[in-house]
This record gives sequence, C-alpha cells and structure tokens, in this order.
Amino acid sequence: MEFLVLIQVLDSALRLAVPLLFCSLAGLFSERAGIFDIGLEGKILIAAFFAAATASVSGSVWVGLFFGISASMLFSLLHGLASITFRGNQLISGVAINFLAAGLTVLIGQSWFKLGGRTPSLSGNARFSEITLPFADNVSNVPIIGPIYSELLSGHTALAYLAILMVPISWYILFRTRFGLRLRAVGENPAAVDTAGISVIQLRYLAVIICGLLCGLAGAYLATGLAAGFVKDMSAGRGFIALAALIFAKWRPWHILSATLLFGLLEAISNRFQNIEILGIILPTQLMQALPYILTVIILAGFVGKATPPLAGGVPYIKE
Amino acid sequence: MNEKIKGGRHNSVAPSIELINISKAFGAVKANSNISMQIAQGSIHGIIGENGAGKSTLMSILYGFYKADKGDILIDGSKVNITDSKDAINAGIGMVFQHFKLVENFTVLENVILGVEGGQLLAPSISKARKDLRALAKEYELNVDPDATIDSLGVGLRQRVEILKALYRKARILILDEPTGVLTPAEADHLFRILNNLKKEGKTIVFITHKLREVMEITDTVSVMRQGEMTATVKTSETSPSSLAELMVGRKVLLRVEKQTSAPGNTTLEINNLNVIDNQGVQRLEDISLSVRAGEILGIAGVAGNGQSELLEVLGGITEASGSIKINGKEIALRGNEANGQSRRLQGIAHVPEDRQHLGLIMEFEAWENIALGYHNSEDYQQNRFLMSNAKIKTDAIRKMEQFDVRPNNVTLSTKGFSGGNQQKLVLSREIERNPDLLLVGQPTRGVDIGAIEFIHQQLIRLRDAGKAILLVSVELEEIMSLSDRIMVMFDGKIMGEKTPTETNEKELGLLMAGINGDTN
Amino acid sequence: MDVLPKWVDTVIIPLIGVLISLIFSGIIILLIGENPIDALKLMITGALGSTYGWGYTLYYATNFIFTGLAVSVAFHARMFNIGGEGQAAIGGLGVAIVCLSFGWTHWFPALLAATLGAAIFGALWAAIPAYLQGKYGSHIVITTIMFNFIAASLLNYLLVNVMRPTGSMDPATQKFPEATSLPSLHDMLEPVGISFSKAGPANISFLIALIACVLVWIFIWHTRLGYQLRAYGHSESAAKYAGIKPFKIIMISMLISGALAGMMATNNVMGEAERLIMNSTEGAGFIGIAVALMGRSHPLGVLLAALLFGFLYQGGAELAMWTTIPRELIVVIQALVILFTGALENMVRAPLNWLWLKSRRGTS
Repeated sequence: MEFLVLIQVLDSALRLAVPLLFCSLAGLFSERAGIFDIGLEGKILIAAFFAAATASVSGSVWVGLFFGISASMLFSLLHGLASITFRGNQLISGVAINFLAAGLTVLIGQSWFKLGGRTPSLSGNARFSEITLPFADNVSNVPIIGPIYSELLSGHTALAYLAILMVPISWYILFRTRFGLRLRAVGENPAAVDTAGISVIQLRYLAVIICGLLCGLAGAYLATGLAAGFVKDMSAGRGFIALAALIFAKWRPWHILSATLLFGLLEAISNRFQNIEILGIILPTQLMQALPYILTVIILAGFVGKATPPLAGGVPYIKE
Repeated sequence: MNEKIKGGRHNSVAPSIELINISKAFGAVKANSNISMQIAQGSIHGIIGENGAGKSTLMSILYGFYKADKGDILIDGSKVNITDSKDAINAGIGMVFQHFKLVENFTVLENVILGVEGGQLLAPSISKARKDLRALAKEYELNVDPDATIDSLGVGLRQRVEILKALYRKARILILDEPTGVLTPAEADHLFRILNNLKKEGKTIVFITHKLREVMEITDTVSVMRQGEMTATVKTSETSPSSLAELMVGRKVLLRVEKQTSAPGNTTLEINNLNVIDNQGVQRLEDISLSVRAGEILGIAGVAGNGQSELLEVLGGITEASGSIKINGKEIALRGNEANGQSRRLQGIAHVPEDRQHLGLIMEFEAWENIALGYHNSEDYQQNRFLMSNAKIKTDAIRKMEQFDVRPNNVTLSTKGFSGGNQQKLVLSREIERNPDLLLVGQPTRGVDIGAIEFIHQQLIRLRDAGKAILLVSVELEEIMSLSDRIMVMFDGKIMGEKTPTETNEKELGLLMAGINGDTN
Repeated sequence: MDVLPKWVDTVIIPLIGVLISLIFSGIIILLIGENPIDALKLMITGALGSTYGWGYTLYYATNFIFTGLAVSVAFHARMFNIGGEGQAAIGGLGVAIVCLSFGWTHWFPALLAATLGAAIFGALWAAIPAYLQGKYGSHIVITTIMFNFIAASLLNYLLVNVMRPTGSMDPATQKFPEATSLPSLHDMLEPVGISFSKAGPANISFLIALIACVLVWIFIWHTRLGYQLRAYGHSESAAKYAGIKPFKIIMISMLISGALAGMMATNNVMGEAERLIMNSTEGAGFIGIAVALMGRSHPLGVLLAALLFGFLYQGGAELAMWTTIPRELIVVIQALVILFTGALENMVRAPLNWLWLKSRRGTS
C-alpha cells in the first residue's frame, strides 16, 4: 500500500471514529452508573436531525449543536424516567428510544422540510469547518512526518479534537474526582451510595444527562461535521458499534479510544476497498462491516478475557 | 426545630435516643405501633424480637429509609426530622446493616470516604482518610488494610469496614442489625470487645438481635419487640433469658417437642469424605463423613455459613462435590449430568431448602404450580406422553393443602399472597407427602409464626416415626436440641463432633460451634 | 394480600398503555398539521374497509404473529431475544435454499420443506447467542443485537456475491419456481364462495401462524418443558433446586424462539416476494418486541396485538399515500407501544394500584 493511501485511510478512520468515541464515552458514563443504554443509536439519530435542521434554518452550526444536544438530552431524560423513576426495564426502554428516534426524525423532517425526511444541505457557517493546525502547510513537504501532521492530524473539525480530549477528561472525572467515585459506586452497589447519604436517583439522572450530552455531540458531528445535513437513518448502526466498543474496552476510557479507532479503521477500509486480499485470501467488504460485531461477540464470550459489566447494571434500585 | 425538651426522667442528661409513639404501617400490616423508648448515652442497648417483630422497620425509620406515619425522634434531647440517610448521618447515627453496604471492587479507603469525601478531588480525601483510619484502628482495635479491595476481605473484616465508615462519619450512635449472624464465635468476641471500647468512649450502641445469649452478654439495657409493639424495656442485669423469651413470644416457650425415643433402622444415608471447593477456590466442606438411619433425625448445628448450606445443596443435587454419598447402599452421582435435583428425587431424597423464597418456591407461580415444582416429570402429573395434566396437579394440590392446613385454602392464589408459615407448609406438604426415604430440612421454622412452628415440628416427628431418615440443619440451637436424635456440629466446613441431645447442653455445643474441641478440656 | 387482580395486570394495563400510545400519536398527527380523526378513518377504510385492505393487514399480521411469538417464548424463560430481525432474515435464506435447490412440483410439500428450512435456519442463528449465554454468560441482548448486524452483512455478501443470478444488477436471488407459489387468501376462499381480493399478499402462512399460536400456548402451559421454561424464567435458583438445567432451558427457549422468527420467511419471502431480497424483513423482527409486550407474551394477546399492528401497518401505508403523514408514523406508534406497555409500565400501574388499594380500604 502506498504511504499516502495509508495516510488517507487513517485520516478517514479518525473521522469515522469520532462519533463512535463520543457515543462510547456516553455509554461509559451511563453504564458505569448502572443504567444500561442500548438507546445510544436513537440519541445520535435525534441529535443529528435536530443539529442539521436547526443549523440549516438558523445558518449557524452552534445553534445546531445546541439543539442537537438538547434533543439527545431530552431522550436521555425519557430513558431516565423509565429506568430510574419508574424502575422499568432499561433494555426495553432503549429499544423504544431507538424506534422513537427513527420514526420522529422522518416524521418531523418531512413535515418541516418536505424533502422525504432529509434536511437541506448545509454549507458555510452551518457546518463545522476543518481546523488547520499551526504550520501544517509549512511541513507538508517533510517526508513521512509532514503528511502525518498535515494530512492525518491536521484538518479535522473542532468536535473531532474535542472527542479525543474527552478521553482523558472522562478518565479524570471517573477516577480522580468525588463525582466519579460516587458514579462508579452507584453502578456497583447503589445501596452503599444510598446509605452513605447520597441520592441514587440524582446521581443516576446526572449520569444519563451526561450520556445525552455526549450522544448529542456524536449526532451533531455526524450531521454537521462528517456529513452536510441529515438523511434518514444516518446513524446507520453507529450507536451499536459504539456499544460494542464500550464492551470491547471493558468499560474503560483509554481502551475505548483504542476500540473506537479500530472500529473506525475497519469502516474506513471497507469504504475504500471493495475486497482486501491478505495472504491470498480475499476478504469481502461485508466482513469488514461485520467485524466489530464479531469481535464484540468474541469478547463477550470471554475468549479474550472476561468483560464484566458494572455489577448493578440494568437493575433498578429499590430501597430495602 | 431544635425544640429543646426536658431531659430524661431518670438521668439529668438527655437520653441519646428517645422515640415517642413511633408508628408505621404497610398497607394493612402494622409494622410498628406506638413505639416509645429511651436509650442512655454511653450504653449498649439491645433490641430483641423474633423475625418480623418490627425491629428492622424501627431501625429503618431511625436511619431514614422509611418515614414514620407518626411519632417523634429525639437525639440528645432535640427533636430531629430524619427523611433520608443523610439526615441520620448528620444527626450522628451510624448503621451497620445485616447485609453490608460496601462496593466490592473499591478499596477500604474508597468505601470509607464515599459520601464524606470533603472536596471535589479524591487524592486529598484519600490521604486524610488514611491518617484518620490509622488513628481509629489504634483506638478501637479496628485493624484492616486500607488499600485492600473489599472482595478480598472476609465477612469479619467487612463488618469492621462498616463500623469504620460510621466512625469516620463521626457517629455518636451506632446501630448494628444482627451483627453476629455471619460471624464465627471468635469474630463475634472481637466485635464485642470493639463495642465495649466504643462504649467506653461514650458512644451509644443499639444492638439488634434475636439471640438471647448475646443480649445477656453484651447489653446494659434491652427492649423486647413483639408483633410491632415494644413489650418491655428492662435492665439486662435484672432479667433472665427465660423471661426475655417469654416476652418475645408472648407465652411460655415450648422448649421440648413431644416425642418418643427413636427406633432407628438401617442406614439410609451414608456420606464419606465429602469435599466441596467453590469457584473462588474456597474449601466449603472438608472431609465430611456422617450417616443417618431410617427413623432418626440427625441435627446439624452451627453458626450460619459454616458449610451447612453447602451440605444440603450437595445432597439436593444443586452443588457439585467430590467424595461419596450412598442412599440405601447405592452410590449417587456428585458431578456431571446426573448430579441434579431430578435424579435426587428419583433416588428418594426430598429437600425442604433453607431459603424457600429463592429455592423452594417460585413466588410468581400459583400455589398449585408450586406443588409440581421438582416433581413436574412425575407420572401422576401427566396426561399422556406429551402433555402435562394441570387438572391432576390441582387435585393433588387441593388434597395436600388441606392436609397441611395451608391458609387460605386456595390453590390458584399467587404464592406471594401466602404468609411465611403457609409458604413453608406448602413446601413441606410437597416434599413430605412424596414419602421420601431421606428428607433434607434447612431452617424449617425461619420466619414462621409460632403456631406454624409447632405444626411443622410435629410433621417432622411424624415422618421420623414413619421410619424415614431426616437430616435437619438449623442455626436455632433450641430447635436442634428438641428435634434431633443425634446432633453434629459444623464449623468451618468440618464436623466438630457428635453429641446426644439428652447428654449435652447448649454450652458444650456452643464451644463446638466456636470451633473449640471439647475433648481438650 | 393487596395485589392487583390478574385481569387488571394482563388486560387493563396493556390496554391503557396502547391507548396512551394512540393518544400521543394523535397529538403528533395534529402537530404536523393533519386531522387525527380523519387519519383514523382513512386508516380504517384503507386497512379494513375492503378485502384488498384485509389482504395486506393479514399479511403484515402474519409476520408479526411469528416474531411476536418468538419474543414471547424467549420472554417466558426471561431471555430477551432482540435478534428476531436477524433470525427472520436468516430464515429467509433457509426458505430460498429450499425453494431453489429442489425441483418442486406442488406448493404443499414445498411449503412443508420451506417451513422446516426457515425454522432450522432461524433456530441456528439463535443458537450461537444462546450457547454463549448458557456456557459463558454472555449477555443475550447484546449478542443477539450483534447477530442482527452480522446477519445483515452475511446476507449482503451472499446476495451480492453468491446467490445473485449472473447479469442481474439487483442484489437478490432469482425468482422461485412457479410451483412453490403459495395459495393466497383469494385462492383459498374462492372455492367456498367468498370473493377475496387477488391483490392482497396474505396467504396460507397466516394459517400456519394461527397453528403456531395454538402450539405455543400448549407448549408453554401444558407441557413439562413449558413448565420448566416458566419456572426458570421466574427464578433461576428455584429452577436449579427443582433439577431444571439452565443450559438446556436457555438453548430450548432460544431455539424455539429463533425457529418461530425464522418461520416468518414463509410469509414474506415465499408467500409474497417469491425470491430473497435485501432487507426482506423490514423491521418485523423488532415489531415482535412491541407485539409480545402488548400481548403479555400470551399467544392470544400476541395474535390480537399482531392484528392491531397489521392494521397500523396497512393503515399507515394508506396514510402515506393519501396524506402528508409518512409511513414512519407506524415506527413512532410502535416505539410508544413499547414504551408504555414495556418500559413505562409501572407508570401506568402505579395509579391503578393506588386506586385498587383505596377501594379495598373503602370496603373493608
């Protein structure tokens, strides 16, 4: 493979990893607090729609970002209402949220823009523009390091850099702050938190709100950074790949970064090449698409170390 | 608030805790009615009562888990309003629950600071706690490695962490709910030393238990609860176990069950060198050998958690083991596909498990469906090769429920709609009426009302007199003493010794239960 | 004891849940500028006002009965099989292989073989997640989700690279032989003198679905296996005490569940499309979740819920044709039903519980 092609594929992998990263970190906060979330997909989708729709109407990507995040947070609160307040089944609630997003985006989109569920194409200030890192143009001719810096590392949107930054931030919050301690505790044993005089409900709501915020960023990036507008079902299973990455990473922030980069790379490869020949065996592109799911199943089966979710995950808290 | 009222009647200082007319009802059930009591500062106060007497509800009200329907709580003479655990902690109350409230994969330090971290960042809180913990450990004999994760600690140490948590929160009042249930006698002794140290420092301790011996040993004053009411509060030095027992149950306790001497026949159950190692690598049973003959009851005494449950589970086909078990001379499978509850039943073993709500019954099933549990494959419940006969099961259920006086006598009532005693009768009717060669019984009267206890004991004696072998496990020494023909004591997965009920006493058994071999005396 | 009567739990609560969902849907229709009453009228005439409409309503209902039963059987063993979509898709593969591999001369043996093929393929696709759950405790919800995506990729590969007839640009198999064409309701009702529209795709698999309902009912409540399945679903520890083997129950419940989901393919693949196309299931596997929740995992409830969803699907198609309301309205209704009869069930139950306790206290 030529070096430049490699750089291009890696660059595309990074772009594709960004929504996965946001979304996987979103799942991290929720699941570490004991709220399982298979509704990540729906939250990205609703955020993508509202981000694109309001950005297109207002002409400002920041307005889009605000409404995208708000919509996602609203869905998070619905999940919280079902699984925290009314102690419902978190998995069923997640399924409902995914369908609600899939239906509402088209329903509202159609009645708003009459474009068959799409939003108008975004351009100019209605999209996140790419940021050129300092000296990127100057060093582009330096062999190897030049293209790595100017092609691969430079030229992403602000959200992409924020996503990477969110990894150490999430790690710090979860493992170095009081809030993180309490959040992890409530996912392991909510009774311990309750008897320590801390509100389980408040803590879990905070966790799902953070989850909503990060899913909102994922959706907004998808519709106003990666693409130029919303199209029907544009999340295309990313919420589930992010969930897969979360499990693959065994609920740890730095491992999430590696997992999402790996899954982003797989997607980039399958986008770029039809079939890949390795050692004389032709790997179809569909295998690349299925690989994140296959790998996650393997991890779940415990063939490569056991993936143990937070102990109290999925179980509503009831005072004894 | 802070309405200062006049001090206690007997002392010049206000009592540490004063409850005035506390009442709490759940639906139609009155869990607490008009409870009033005073506990002096710097004393150890016992609250004793049977399961379901309302002790736990009362403590939950004190710790803010439930809101009392009416009544007042006064701490050091000031009225306080406790709506959640936070209020309780602020009022100086610390609670050590029966089931520990610890985060298993956190360290001791992390568990201790949870909720009282001090600042937004963890590092300074941890180093402060490390220092404070060292001081507390020295002061009260509360040593525990601050950096160990909870899942690496035994129950005794976990309990210490709970006490440390309370003390770290500056608790002046410490409530312990059934603290010795899971402890070995040595651990319990250590706990009592700690409690006495705390008392010396002026802490007030509330000790909830249903064990008379402990109340007599450690408390200064004791309150007795019965059916949601506080029947008496007395000085421990001015009372006796028998009068406390009477106050607990409301009438003279029947200490001995009416029965003839047994006439044992052939050996029904023979166990040789039975070993169980659980999946954490802990040896739960070590070289157990025993036998039970037809027509006798072998009682297994011991503190909960010393391998009795595992013994029952191995015999019942729930847990795998190594060694040898013979029923009527025939070897039974201890591992693999054949070691299960179905094959055990076919081999003539019936099992009344310790935990009827999680093992013996399916609470969502209707009563008749539970009559078939474990016997769902039996010939008389089938219509043909393919179909079960619900009608046949119902007919059988009606008969069994009548025979065992299960109330209400309604086979289609959901199982959770029956009281504890009636649920237990449901299990007993299912297991006894199958006419097994060997009956396994675990804690037959736990959470069962007095009336049902007598009935259940009579049924066990009846089965024994019909020439069946019974293996009885109970943590109630009195029950073991009154029902068994022979007694074995288990400690730490081993059999400590065998005694005859007529030739032994509670003290001797107590030593064995504590792992002290009587022969050395 | 103060527990709600059973009939409130099994009938009233889901009905209220559905009612709330429909009210919300009406509000949404209002918000997008249409009249919900007119919309409902249009849906009723479109879906139930003609045998043409019925032909579609029953066709959709057939799909949902299969997937609803699939989710229900697994639910009884407390397995949440979210993989009906993948299992139904792979069931379609089974149907296609059966129909294309043999020289069929009559639809009847072809249908029997195709049903078997669909069931086996669907069951096999459910078997791997079930095995992983039973042996290694891998969460069945996550693995079945993953298997939905893996199924989609697998079918994509097979239809593009393997099964597509040479020269065709369409990622689909060739048309099944004429002899495998299933009798439609029109064909079945004509001999008894009832005229039924030729156009509606409802076919004989509707009868198979009805038979499946009866068989599932017998299985769950009148067989030893069904008893063990329910016992395990309520309490794993009590099941082990009774000598019921968890691994066996997990496998059996999921195999039956997968088989039922797979059998849907006799309707949509064999009965309607008569070839295997991409995304043939159109989300029916997921609708099974709503149907099972609403039908309280009881075959009669599943049948009624499936008919309701069949009506909504066909009515929704009519709406999309005559008004500005897109078909996705159905997806929203489906989401709301899952929400109010599933996740938010306690919200519906709490006030009823309160009313019940109050009335009890009033009388005693």
